[in-house]
Amino acid sequence: MANLTLVQAITLALQQEMEKDERVVLLGEDVGLNGGVFRVTEGLQKRFGPDRVIDTPLSESGIMGTAIGLAMAGMRSIPEIQFEGFLGPAYDQLVNHAARYRSRTRGAVTVPMTVRVPVGGGIHAPELHSDSPEAIYAHSPGIKVVMPCTPRDAKGLLISAIRDPDPVIFFEPKRVYRSFREEVPEDEYTIPIGQAKVVNEGTDLTVVTWGATVFQCLEAMDNLPEDVSIELVDLRTIYPLDVDTVVQSVQKTGRCVVVHEAPKTAGMGAEISALIQEHCFLHLKAPVQRVTGFDTMMPYYKLELDYLPDAKKIGESVMQTLAY
Amino acid sequence: MPIRTAYTAQIEYLQILDENGQFDEKLGKDLLAPEEVVFLYQHMVTCRALDQIAFKLQRSGRMGTYPQNKGQEAAAIGSGYAAKKGVDFLVPCYRENAALFLHGLPMHYVLLHWMGDERGNKIPEGVQQLPLCIPIGTQMLHATGIAWAFKMRKEPRVAITYFGDGATSEGDFHEAMNFASTFQVPCVFFCQNNQWAISVPRETQTASETIAQKAIAYGMPSIQVDGNDLFAVFKASREAIERARGGGGPSLIEAVTYRLGDHTTADDARRYRDAQELEMWQGKDPMIRLRKYLVDRGLWDDEKEAAHQEKSKAIVQEVVKAAEGIEKPSIDDIFDFTYATLPAELEAQKRTLRTSSLGQDPEQAGLQGEAQRA
Ligand SMILES: Cc1ncc(C[n+]2csc(CCOP(=O)(O)OP(=O)(O)O)c2C)c(N)n1
Ligand SMILES: [Mg+2]
Repeated sequence: MANLTLVQAITLALQQEMEKDERVVLLGEDVGLNGGVFRVTEGLQKRFGPDRVIDTPLSESGIMGTAIGLAMAGMRSIPEIQFEGFLGPAYDQLVNHAARYRSRTRGAVTVPMTVRVPVGGGIHAPELHSDSPEAIYAHSPGIKVVMPCTPRDAKGLLISAIRDPDPVIFFEPKRVYRSFREEVPEDEYTIPIGQAKVVNEGTDLTVVTWGATVFQCLEAMDNLPEDVSIELVDLRTIYPLDVDTVVQSVQKTGRCVVVHEAPKTAGMGAEISALIQEHCFLHLKAPVQRVTGFDTMMPYYKLELDYLPDAKKIGESVMQTLAY
Repeated sequence: MPIRTAYTAQIEYLQILDENGQFDEKLGKDLLAPEEVVFLYQHMVTCRALDQIAFKLQRSGRMGTYPQNKGQEAAAIGSGYAAKKGVDFLVPCYRENAALFLHGLPMHYVLLHWMGDERGNKIPEGVQQLPLCIPIGTQMLHATGIAWAFKMRKEPRVAITYFGDGATSEGDFHEAMNFASTFQVPCVFFCQNNQWAISVPRETQTASETIAQKAIAYGMPSIQVDGNDLFAVFKASREAIERARGGGGPSLIEAVTYRLGDHTTADDARRYRDAQELEMWQGKDPMIRLRKYLVDRGLWDDEKEAAHQEKSKAIVQEVVKAAEGIEKPSIDDIFDFTYATLPAELEAQKRTLRTSSLGQDPEQAGLQGEAQRA
């Protein structure tokens, strides 16, 4: 066990999978010599050489498209897109190609690729460095969407993603990259894709969230009256979504608040509310409440904290849902 | 049948003022009047001072990430000065502040942008330019479209777009060049080849010998210039701009320069860049050679330098004051510019600052319920 940050846990997972499986290659902008702009691939080029940790030309479509080809040809490619805001140029390759190959070839061609992408706001970054586009990819059949927020989960989920036979987009909440440490097992281990985690058991209300906002929810819970018992569910995987864990929890509590950074309309909160409505209708004591980003651009950083869900907004919503 | 040559091409390299201050009198003849050179040098000094202060603001926590322009001022100023202020249209990325200022952008706007404030992008009426562009390479297509509109309306105007060596790897670069040339629009593509794209050196970016030669594939004239030579940049830019204005279509200019600073304040170039390389390029600093040029001709001296440094300091202080003095934007700002007219849902989010239906309807909200609970 070592006390690691999210960054270090991801590096460790990459390193161990590269040691174990020669097919694994990393490619992206600045991932080699510089170790990535967040240092997630630090030291890996030195260890595995420039043929396996590859600095590419500045082209997201190029990175994604060739990573697809590599994966189709038997490699396990791990492209990095430097920030979620630059997925744009790679979107066509990811959604219209990586996602579709299995289906359109009736299983003859597959794309076992893991796309690593830092995600989310709260770090005072420039424009297009703070978005939360997970719903876009959850809405794209053929891609799995993972967003862990703790070092231990990240390591186990990343290893699962790399070994997964289908394309996985692996979102790394950059706000948590260095802000939280925990003990992470040295040995390799996996955490299955598609399993949510009950972070805190409770009986009065379920909070469902993922990514950096897990920590805002924990902070909100610290500030609630002592007699309020909250069950906090960290989805960890956005798609395939762990319906069972969410439904079991809400059937028990009868109340639910969904929290995410992304805009509200057509965000994952909408999907989760709909699922709860389908599965828990007769158990509900209050409408499902959403605490999310507004339906606007993610503002530049002077206003980003006004945009993002914080402990105060979450706490208020929890209390109002409880009081409904 | 003998094999014949289907096509040949060559790329010219233009330098007028070299790093030692040697000036090619023939190439540089009547290019810029002495007072123009003095003015442009002064502007260079002031922009460098602002760049330095911006760096310090970031370091002291008063500003977010900032990409220093240091070392690339001749490229920005030479090209910017060749374009007609108020007529031609600048489409930048983020390392040509000096050109934007020449065309009327108030200096504190750039600081506002990097202070995380969209008001730094609200280009004042009459200033012909777009705001800084963070995603790499996308702006070149917009410049092409803008130039196309000029052509459609038969306006004698030119768009000039700036981008780095890294940007030439994006598909958008190639698409923009192809459209611009196919439709012969008045657009000048100005590449600041500063040798690095964050940690990725020029040689990793492309296997072609020059960036200028990429224009050949699109049937477009191009040239490589010493990007730290104000005169060469100005001459090449003026030719390209006037050719475009006269209906001669687009051009590509590769300005060979160097990023003397880190990529941004979030970067540490020592991790990947040779100290010797940096030192070598420090000797090619555009400001040093331009000052030497002026001094050699009796147009400048230490006294004038000291006076202008003082003046720059004062200007920069005012600029910082203007940027820092502005009140934090109101939270309404998050909403108000999303659409011309806010949809009802967004209007409700703005009014309540909430995203849940429970919270948006005060009657339905838990207030009464809370009372019951108590
Ligand atoms: C589409 C996109 N991908 C990646 C980035 C991250 N990024 C910012 S600047 C940069 C390097 C740009 O290099 P270059 O075009 O040479 O311009 P320079 O910074 O050297 O002026 C990268 C990769 C980005 N801003 N946009
Ligand atoms: Mg560059």
